[in-house]
Amino acid sequence: MPPIIQVSGLSKTYATGFRALKTIDLEIMRGEIFALLGPNGAGKTTLISIICGLVNPTAGHVAVDGHDIVADYRAARSLIGLVPQELTTDAFETVFATASFSRGLFGKPADPAHVEKVLRALSLWEKRNSKIITLSGGMKRRVLIAKALAHEPSILFLDEPTAGVDVELRRDMWALVRELRATGVTVILTTHYIEEAEEMADRVGVISHGELILVEQKAELMRKLGRKQLILQLQAPLPAIPESLSAYELTLAADGNELVYTYDTQAERTGITMLLRALSEAGIRFRDLRTRESSLEEIFVSLVRESA
Amino acid sequence: MNLYAIRAIYGFEMARTFRTLLQSVVSPVISTSLYFVVFGSAIGSRIAEVDGVSYGAFIVPGLIMLSLLTQSISNASFGIYFPKFTGTIYEVLSAPVSYWEIVVGYVGAAATKSMMLGLIILATASLFVPLRIEHPVWMFGFLVLTAATFSLFGFIIGIWADGFEKLQLVPLLIVTPLTFLGGSFYSIDMLPPLWRTLTFFNPVVYLVSGFRWSFYGSSDVGIEVSLAMTLVFLAVCLALVAWIFRTGYRLKS
Repeated sequence: MPPIIQVSGLSKTYATGFRALKTIDLEIMRGEIFALLGPNGAGKTTLISIICGLVNPTAGHVAVDGHDIVADYRAARSLIGLVPQELTTDAFETVFATASFSRGLFGKPADPAHVEKVLRALSLWEKRNSKIITLSGGMKRRVLIAKALAHEPSILFLDEPTAGVDVELRRDMWALVRELRATGVTVILTTHYIEEAEEMADRVGVISHGELILVEQKAELMRKLGRKQLILQLQAPLPAIPESLSAYELTLAADGNELVYTYDTQAERTGITMLLRALSEAGIRFRDLRTRESSLEEIFVSLVRESA
Repeated sequence: MNLYAIRAIYGFEMARTFRTLLQSVVSPVISTSLYFVVFGSAIGSRIAEVDGVSYGAFIVPGLIMLSLLTQSISNASFGIYFPKFTGTIYEVLSAPVSYWEIVVGYVGAAATKSMMLGLIILATASLFVPLRIEHPVWMFGFLVLTAATFSLFGFIIGIWADGFEKLQLVPLLIVTPLTFLGGSFYSIDMLPPLWRTLTFFNPVVYLVSGFRWSFYGSSDVGIEVSLAMTLVFLAVCLALVAWIFRTGYRLKS
């Protein structure tokens, strides 16, 4: 199946001379959850804004379901729902009115039943007649999502959806995104919370300084870049790592009470057996051991550091 | 064409109007009534008839134009400036709407509102002075044309403005003086020759004159000239809006 979004050779230089995007090539697959991960100022919002029509590209093309976003903007944009990063809502409109407005704006005939469905899914139905200004920040975030879903888009952009959102809402939002994917909606989210990408995404793109430095299946990324650590809790603290063990990638932690061995899960030999034998020969005894995998966060930090 | 979007924007703007009905309707009615009390009754009784029309009745078309211009500009400029200010404009810019659909929605609503006000002021005026309207169709035509043209002008100001001061600047420093000096309260024949000549550079003169002609059948300048000048100003505003949207001026980076 062809990708639902095809970004080719896209770049953006702002009038100030700031080069927000270098040359971006990216394909988003139909029905996937794609997380665009990157530090602040990396170009995530610029990329989304170009696809959604808020920013003019300097060069390159974007096609949404085969429709060019400039030449055929009507067809392209009517497929897209956008939830912006900032809580930009009207103040005096009611929740129901603002969602209905969005539906009309995107060229769909009024359908109170659909608006009701969306509001119920976002726990906003009770608040349908409230003015937006009276709602809490979390509720306003839900209103923005309701607006974006009111016209039944097949692609949903969530720009930093859980920035400044409490845990409960974050869980709700994740559940909602999964439900949307189950109905065939493609979801693209930007985040600098690794946890979010790790929890939700099928694929992850890492963007830094306006460049996509990596696009990978999340599982593959974790596997490829994942390093594992074996942590040994020692019976007696060690002042330093003995000479005889210098061949291993070891560090001391917890004031010499823990010995940490870092190894590559993909390597032919992990070296664990050898290490344990060497430890026993050196007379180092341990009480307990555990292993941990490096999180996406650690992978991400090392990637961004490399590209900088 | 995305008719649903035009309807959505128009409906949104009209809802805003009706939400602020008191401030949008009552205050112009009160200020117009004050003009009648001061100019029509207190001062007007000492002024002779102008072109065979009592002074109180003479100022009615000018007063309606005054409100029409200022209200069109302020409605339309605020209507587009506010979403820019709060950031909600993102939704309109990301929607499958053409620029002209956006303009028709916002400017149409602003023009509707100021025309409603114009008609309310007309009704208020009829309580104070005997009115006659010789060319009602032309009267309505000028009302629509002026409301649309100046709402469009206000829309341009709203896009240009990057702060609340600028939003007030043009109406305050340019439009109000031009309206007051544009023959709302006098016939330009009353002016000394030099000022009369200068007045012909004031576009509001043509609006007021044409509008007054539709009431009383007499005017300072020919009706064709009035109509032509209004259309020229409309064309200039349309060209500016086209340029704004083509370049994304102050809307898109």
